Amino acid sequence: MNKTTVTAFVAGLLFGLGLLLSGMANPEKVLAFLDLAGNWDPSLGLVMVGAILVALPAFTWAKGRQRSLMNEALELPTRSDIDRPLVVGSLLFGAGWGLAGFCPGPAVVATGAGELKAVIFTVAMLTGMTAFQRFRRLATA
Amino acid sequence: MTIDWNAFTPLTALAGGALIGLASALLLVLNGRIAGISGILGGILAHKPGETAWRLAFALGLLAVPGLWLLFSQLPPIEIKAGYPVLIAAGLLVGIGTRYGSGCTSGHGVCGLSRLSPRSLAATLSFMGAGFATVFVVRHLLGA
Repeated sequence: MNKTTVTAFVAGLLFGLGLLLSGMANPEKVLAFLDLAGNWDPSLGLVMVGAILVALPAFTWAKGRQRSLMNEALELPTRSDIDRPLVVGSLLFGAGWGLAGFCPGPAVVATGAGELKAVIFTVAMLTGMTAFQRFRRLATA
Repeated sequence: MTIDWNAFTPLTALAGGALIGLASALLLVLNGRIAGISGILGGILAHKPGETAWRLAFALGLLAVPGLWLLFSQLPPIEIKAGYPVLIAAGLLVGIGTRYGSGCTSGHGVCGLSRLSPRSLAATLSFMGAGFATVFVVRHLLGA
């Protein structure tokens, strides 16, 4: 097995552990964070703070470099424009997030926990992704 | 706004966030890739040659976490109150929206903000705003 596969698996484990530990994988906790007008639970704001504090030095290091420490191509996004697809797509995503309390990572983790409702959400999400990718391919063909 | 101090869990939120940041940093520094979950899942579905194995491995890592957790302790709560029609509609919105908007909470929210990308800041403000607005409409206007 390629060593990048092993490191990606370890990264996935740590990422999922973080989601489960933080409460991000609990839709009720997510919705309590999004409910500013209700009985607000600010906890999940701190998830982003903790994540960025740790990730920021790594992304600063990566800027301007061409290769990773394992000599893989460093693929950082290059676009900086704010266009309609970015904003409209993100608004649609946010609406779905606010309806169910799941974003993609936590949905996969909760699927791993065997939650039937998470499986249903994840299948719908993957269907949406596939449908959109097919549509885009047709539209640009 | 009232703050629900009983539900406030700052330590596990910060520690969990730090783990998410560490995972994103490792994937970047070692593999040279962005830990964006919607991009990873979309990439698996698109089967790009040479880019599928690491993505599958990452997704399997996410899936394996609850099983590993159970070896040591009880799982933390995963409470899903939405009914099936809402879950399906929400899943479709999240699937389409994250691909159209090129990212989600991880790719834009964690990785994008960590590289100080104005694009990711705009995306993050958009999905957070839509999330706040949706919960407000559902809970306070429709009273669901």
